[in-house]
Amino acid sequence: MRQFFFALFQSGHKQILPGFRFSITATLLWTGFLIVFPLSTLLIKPWQDGFGTMLSALHDGRMFAALWFSFSCAILAAICNIPFGLMLAWALVRAQLPGQRIADALIDLPLALPTAVTGITLATLYSTHGWLGAPLSQLGITASYGRLGVILALMFVGLPFVVRAVEPVLRTLPHDLEEAAMLLGASPRQIFMRVILTPLLPALITGFGLSFARGIGEYGSVIFIAGNQPFKSEIAPLLIVVRLQEFDYTGATAVALILLAISLLALFLVGLIHRRFSLWNEPA
Amino acid sequence: MSIEICDLVRHASDSRQVLLDHVSLEVPKGYFVALIGPSGAGKTTLLRAIAGLDPYDSGTISLDGRIVTDIQARAGKMGFVFQHYALFPHMSVAKNIAFGLNILPARSRPSRKEIAARVQELLDLMQIPDLGNAYPARLSGGQKQRVALARALATHPQVLLLDEPFGALDPIVRRSIRGWLRDLHDRLGLTTVLVTHDQEEALDVADRVVIMQEGRIVQNASPQCLDSHPATEFVMEFLGESVSFSGVIHNGQMIPDEKTAFPFAVPDSWENGPIIAMIRPYEINLLPPDRQTDEQTNRQIVKIEAIPRGFRNGYRHYTIQLKERTIPFFVAQDAEIPTQPNGVLVGIGLDVSRARLFRPNI
Amino acid sequence: MSRYLIWVMSWLFIVVMLVIPLVLVLTEALRNGFLASMKTLYTPDALAAIWLTIRVTVVAIIINTFFGTLAAWVLSRFRFVGRQTLLVLVELPLSISPVVSGLLWLLLFGAQGWFGPFLERWNIHIAFATSGIILATLFVTLPYVVRTLIPVMEIQGRETEEVAVLAGAGFWRILWSVTLPSIPEALISGILLTTARALGEFGAVSVVSGHIPGETETMPLRIEDLYNGYQSVGAFTMATLLAIMAMLTVLLRTAPDWACYLWKKDP
Repeated sequence: MRQFFFALFQSGHKQILPGFRFSITATLLWTGFLIVFPLSTLLIKPWQDGFGTMLSALHDGRMFAALWFSFSCAILAAICNIPFGLMLAWALVRAQLPGQRIADALIDLPLALPTAVTGITLATLYSTHGWLGAPLSQLGITASYGRLGVILALMFVGLPFVVRAVEPVLRTLPHDLEEAAMLLGASPRQIFMRVILTPLLPALITGFGLSFARGIGEYGSVIFIAGNQPFKSEIAPLLIVVRLQEFDYTGATAVALILLAISLLALFLVGLIHRRFSLWNEPA
Repeated sequence: MSIEICDLVRHASDSRQVLLDHVSLEVPKGYFVALIGPSGAGKTTLLRAIAGLDPYDSGTISLDGRIVTDIQARAGKMGFVFQHYALFPHMSVAKNIAFGLNILPARSRPSRKEIAARVQELLDLMQIPDLGNAYPARLSGGQKQRVALARALATHPQVLLLDEPFGALDPIVRRSIRGWLRDLHDRLGLTTVLVTHDQEEALDVADRVVIMQEGRIVQNASPQCLDSHPATEFVMEFLGESVSFSGVIHNGQMIPDEKTAFPFAVPDSWENGPIIAMIRPYEINLLPPDRQTDEQTNRQIVKIEAIPRGFRNGYRHYTIQLKERTIPFFVAQDAEIPTQPNGVLVGIGLDVSRARLFRPNI
Repeated sequence: MSRYLIWVMSWLFIVVMLVIPLVLVLTEALRNGFLASMKTLYTPDALAAIWLTIRVTVVAIIINTFFGTLAAWVLSRFRFVGRQTLLVLVELPLSISPVVSGLLWLLLFGAQGWFGPFLERWNIHIAFATSGIILATLFVTLPYVVRTLIPVMEIQGRETEEVAVLAGAGFWRILWSVTLPSIPEALISGILLTTARALGEFGAVSVVSGHIPGETETMPLRIEDLYNGYQSVGAFTMATLLAIMAMLTVLLRTAPDWACYLWKKDP
């Protein structure tokens, strides 16, 4: 440990810009106290409680139901966001959408809106008497207090991630690619699939991954619209809260660990895929 | 202020590649030295090491005989001009220039009035007296260049370090600012080190030219000496267009392999063996048909033709087709030589006796 | 043709998904008239919630901007052992569920936590108290300033800073009068993102706060309380206020852009 810090201080030492020691110390204290220290509890807790307790905590049908509910809703929401996100990005960059600036600002709305506000708003909107819920229930579709409501809420919070991931790539995609493809005799469908969609694939995957990772851990915007019925419409983050209210810290930690693992894994996979694709953009 | 660099070595941090390979260099006080070489030769690395911006593994750098290690020892004593100027974008030109003065501790800092006067003095010196309130983004390349120079000179440094300062300027501005810079150097009594990849610029402006290749100094000489006595084929090649003839030395005579080039006498100090002769295109002579010596008559005469290719820089350009290659050949524009009606020059051989000789690497 | 189809579909989607919810917040808040909504804000619990939210946000901004700037400096200007790890660490809170972020602090300082009982003996309360809310907010807002500064500082390069070092400037001088002034947009953007998130954080704060009205309830928690108590007008009035605060900060980020657009000037 001591040697590590020694190496660390030495490695920055040769630089001529000042402030290395001071700022690395400040950074280590800051991240150490605010991130490493709290996260270590999550990793040490299972050992502290013993594996028996942990295993029995894992042996919990309600937990798996909740995790599955969160997981499936997040995946479905992220999938739904891909075509819509692509369409909006296209409208902003290529289609000269009228009112483009307003649309542009509105797309960031879900990021700006506090999750609790989103939550109560969507719950009211899609309730059976709500502006959108009422027409839907006429059609026999119950939006709120079930899977559909959760998916709609997660789509709302995840949408900006897809649009903002695709948009810059689309912007840098040269127009002459399409023209070249056209001159080579490609049909509009072929142009879209081969010349436009393929270069956007990494960005779409990133958007999907970010949207999913956000969705699986989302709490505030979902709990008001989800039914919160155990085994049916209970999201995993809510189960953590429930377990904490029951003073079952071990159970809460178990859910938290799995949740954390899933979102980290998702982001790791996105990074991995991204790195594979990034070969396209690297000079040989 | 003189600069002595002694046995400087630096490796790239993440590989075993040598960036500076035992570099030693002395820059006497008041000299204008140009560091030139192809990209990756280590010239910028050396310059940054002198400034204290880059670390090195071993060796020493001394200023006026005193070894300096950290950058604090050099603060304010050295002016450094970056290739892309590195002007502070959020400060006006005057603030940029005054930066080095404004940050001095209160007791050694000149008064506000003195600083303003110094800034104006520098603006005048740079011939941009009215730009004090402008922001860098609005300036042209040449103006930015002058501001960067003014900023570097604000604290009265005795050493000026310039990293490809003319790289981003267009050719006309480049030529005029070059002469002006030399003038400034002389007037302020600076010691200047200039990094450039343009040999013409270096030969034009510097007292001494240091040629670097792969982290080593290949030659350090005056421009005249470089031209007459290049140390290696690389230096010869780097300084300008050249044509090489391989051949052998035999009893005080250089005998080119290509029969179109005539043998010529070399100093006795050259021993027998293979040799490479390199020559500038304008130093080649085309021997006219009527000049045949006894010796030459013994050889089989091949008529060669020089095809005109237009004019450049006061020279008539020709190309000569040899057996296996085409070589350039220049004649001063006002030289009186008989030409064919179509402009073609005819000769019986090439006189390359003004070539520099190099032993080929074995 | 196909372009018009895209226009119509895009705006339809934007209106249904984004505009209608926004309109709904306002309508619900003003259902009984403006005065009635204002009255709901003028209650001790509501005022306490607003005040607490502002305090927590200011602390989060100060601490995370100060350390975030230093971290951005060290991560963008130096190459050292463990740099990659630090880069991952400072981004980590973004990928952790807010509820988990809150849970972490309970595991540390809760009644059953590692240090909870110990601190309890010294009469220091962190869980279910303001300090817990601050810690949770610090955790979730930690990445924003660093993350917006690092890429911009990487692009900006270090040449101007080298000029300053050569002129004899010290660390604080360089940071304060060379580095930060040349990237004001990024710094402000990072601070505003921190603000927006700190104002609106719900999950993490909800776990550590204990929901004591008038004491440990921030604005989002107050909204939840009111909504679950069927006080729709109060909930949506508070929601409107919070949304305006958060959205203003986000809009401010693009303010220079908008100004250029309105005055038809080049950025």
